[in-house]
Amino acid sequence: MRMDVTAQQSGLINSDDRTLASVFCAYTVTATFWLLFATAVGVLMAYKFGAPDYLTFGRLRPIHTNDTFYGWASVALVGLAYYVAARSSRAPLYSAKLAWIGLVLFNLAAVAGTIALDLGFNDGNLEYREWPWPIRLIFLAALIVTAWNLIGTVARRSTKDIYLSNWYTIGGVLWTCIIAVVAILPWYQYGLGQVSVSGFYMHNAVGMSFTPLALGIFYYALPKVLSRPIYSYSLGVFAFWTNLVFYPLIGAHHFLFSPLPWFLQTTAIVFSVAMLVPVWGGSANFLLTMHGRWHGMAQSVPLMFIFVGVIGYLVGSTQGTFEAFRSLQQVWHFTNFTVGHSHLTMYGFVTFAIWGGVYALLPLATGKQPHSLGLTLHFWMALVGSFIYVISLSVGGTIQGLDWIHGVPFIQSVADMQSYWVWRGVGGSLMWLSHVVFAWNVWCMSYGVGAKASLDDSSSTEGAGA
Amino acid sequence: MSKLILIAGGSTLVYLVLAVLMGVLPGIKLSNTPPGPGVNPLTVLQAQGRAVYVASGCSYCHTQQVRPLDQDKAFGRPSAPGDFAYQTPELLGSERTGPDLTNVGKRQPSVVWQYIHLYNPRAVVPQSIMPPFDWMFQVVDSAPPGVTPVALPKVYAPTHGVVVPRHDAQALVAYVLALKQPPFPGGADESSASIRGASPTGAPASAAAPRAGGYDAAKGQALFTATCAACHQATGEGLPGAFPPLKGNPAVNDADPTLHIHVVLHGLQGTNVGGIVYPSPMPPFGTTLSDADIANIINYERSSWGNHGASVTLEQVAAERAKGN
Repeated sequence: MRMDVTAQQSGLINSDDRTLASVFCAYTVTATFWLLFATAVGVLMAYKFGAPDYLTFGRLRPIHTNDTFYGWASVALVGLAYYVAARSSRAPLYSAKLAWIGLVLFNLAAVAGTIALDLGFNDGNLEYREWPWPIRLIFLAALIVTAWNLIGTVARRSTKDIYLSNWYTIGGVLWTCIIAVVAILPWYQYGLGQVSVSGFYMHNAVGMSFTPLALGIFYYALPKVLSRPIYSYSLGVFAFWTNLVFYPLIGAHHFLFSPLPWFLQTTAIVFSVAMLVPVWGGSANFLLTMHGRWHGMAQSVPLMFIFVGVIGYLVGSTQGTFEAFRSLQQVWHFTNFTVGHSHLTMYGFVTFAIWGGVYALLPLATGKQPHSLGLTLHFWMALVGSFIYVISLSVGGTIQGLDWIHGVPFIQSVADMQSYWVWRGVGGSLMWLSHVVFAWNVWCMSYGVGAKASLDDSSSTEGAGA
Repeated sequence: MSKLILIAGGSTLVYLVLAVLMGVLPGIKLSNTPPGPGVNPLTVLQAQGRAVYVASGCSYCHTQQVRPLDQDKAFGRPSAPGDFAYQTPELLGSERTGPDLTNVGKRQPSVVWQYIHLYNPRAVVPQSIMPPFDWMFQVVDSAPPGVTPVALPKVYAPTHGVVVPRHDAQALVAYVLALKQPPFPGGADESSASIRGASPTGAPASAAAPRAGGYDAAKGQALFTATCAACHQATGEGLPGAFPPLKGNPAVNDADPTLHIHVVLHGLQGTNVGGIVYPSPMPPFGTTLSDADIANIINYERSSWGNHGASVTLEQVAAERAKGN
């Protein structure tokens, strides 16, 4: 069965397909709205480093992070996960109604959370769980609905096996439910106890949620685009279990040299190294699947997006391992290097993975292609922009850390960052402009008029897979 | 179907166990960490201030944890588990775009400075990129009885009327001033001689010990910028009505440096400089700076901005310190 994913029919037009397409479209479109909004806030914040007299950074920052996480990435990944689940299982969506309810709940949570944060209702500045807890309960409800719907869809599969993508997507949604509950319950979150929970939460919210969901998209979209099976199905299974066992143990590496017990910090460092196993295993699997087909990349923008996503996963996660060493934390912790790292991973990996998935799969669902100009513009602006962003903050952050080690007056470390912050703003602006192009592309693939109307046109990216 | 249960259920069970092991159990254990000696709960006003701190997202740029690393010595002693007993939500932070605030109440105890800085940070720190929190203040024709207007420099002051803090600003400043590390009992006692060897900037103090007739000017300037410029300003001119100038200051230019050394070591309040009384307290630096660092700072002040005071030596500072306050 594992190879069937590349051979299945995508052009069938019946009511189940139409339902699936409309769910997929709606999730992608609302997610795109959140991407535009949240990254506009991000660009605004980048400018604030040069013009600090307007607005309040502390109010904007959680809006940017929470809306990129839970408005953009979560909603887009769930939309993709529905499509992948139904297609790879050769089954209709378990319940379109549940999918719509989930979509409303996700967006309700994001709207309410944004308003709350803007008004200063911030749940303790605890990173990525700043929405007041009742709003996070709405988000949890959306997750539960999604998990139920995905499981129901896969349970009704007409294939014998459960395709690997669904392991990752269903796992990702179910684990996120656990993370959300652990984050909300208050009884073990006083003082230093809450610090340990924060360490656990802030890394698991990323690594046990967006990582598996994005990897699940890779495992489906990559074979689809290339019309060849994944290099090693077993390696994918191996990476699944090792990621599951290692990732939850590394949270305390956000609090090295803090008053948290030293053994907890050391455990986190050890398993940050162990994370190289699933990361390199997974990345090798994707790269070997592409091996020998590099020439195809020039013709397929979705493939280029996926390729960058895989490299972002490999480089960003490996960088994370190195950052967890005490010797390097001494330089980089608390600096802007960390901000560069989180953009390398959430943007270079997760966001590029989503884009690759959307460009590879949304045209199959709707039969509408984006314009090739839009695709190319989006790719290069996003790539160049994120390069500028990550490199300027990595270099600047290192200087910032060395300033502190050299004992210069603190304000000097602020002054030394100014030119790097300007470049960050340039990179960020380019990234945001690419999102506007993406929005146009999404419109063409969903409700608008596509470039070349139909799937019959196999000259572009999807021809091979359809 | 059974395979689905195995994959989804099995992996979720594994994750649940790990989440309890790595999130919940350490949380339970550490939530019961007893407060350290001298660690007390906040007052009502300070707690309100902490809520304002959270609502404004201060901890996205300011950490509240001092690591046992040389570069963190400027911010205080290393944080201990007992320091956080009353700190829920935790505000340790992950970014240090601005300085750590664990011990800011000791480092910058002046209410006057805190209000000016909160109203517009660039009024006292020109290179600061912190947002202004002027919306926590209001402009009135004259300050109500018992309320001191914020001593803003002319450029930042409104054209007419005076600026007074609203409740949020009062609470926030009360909280910030309450951020003080209690000393480790018996350990690095602040008044002990051990402090004299440690430079807050992490550089070995002995290397910077001033010789007669010369001193390390670059080091003196760095120490002045890190320790003194927030109030006295890089220009040495202070802020009119808030912080006295060092430029042309009689104590700084006096051939006898005793008063100058005494003020840096022990602090000062309510002094009259050039006919103006400055109510804002200057903190004592004898507790945080070594004799060598203090000599360096004093020599920098005595030889900058047109000042021409005689230079001092490490020994003179040590002798003045030995005399006590």
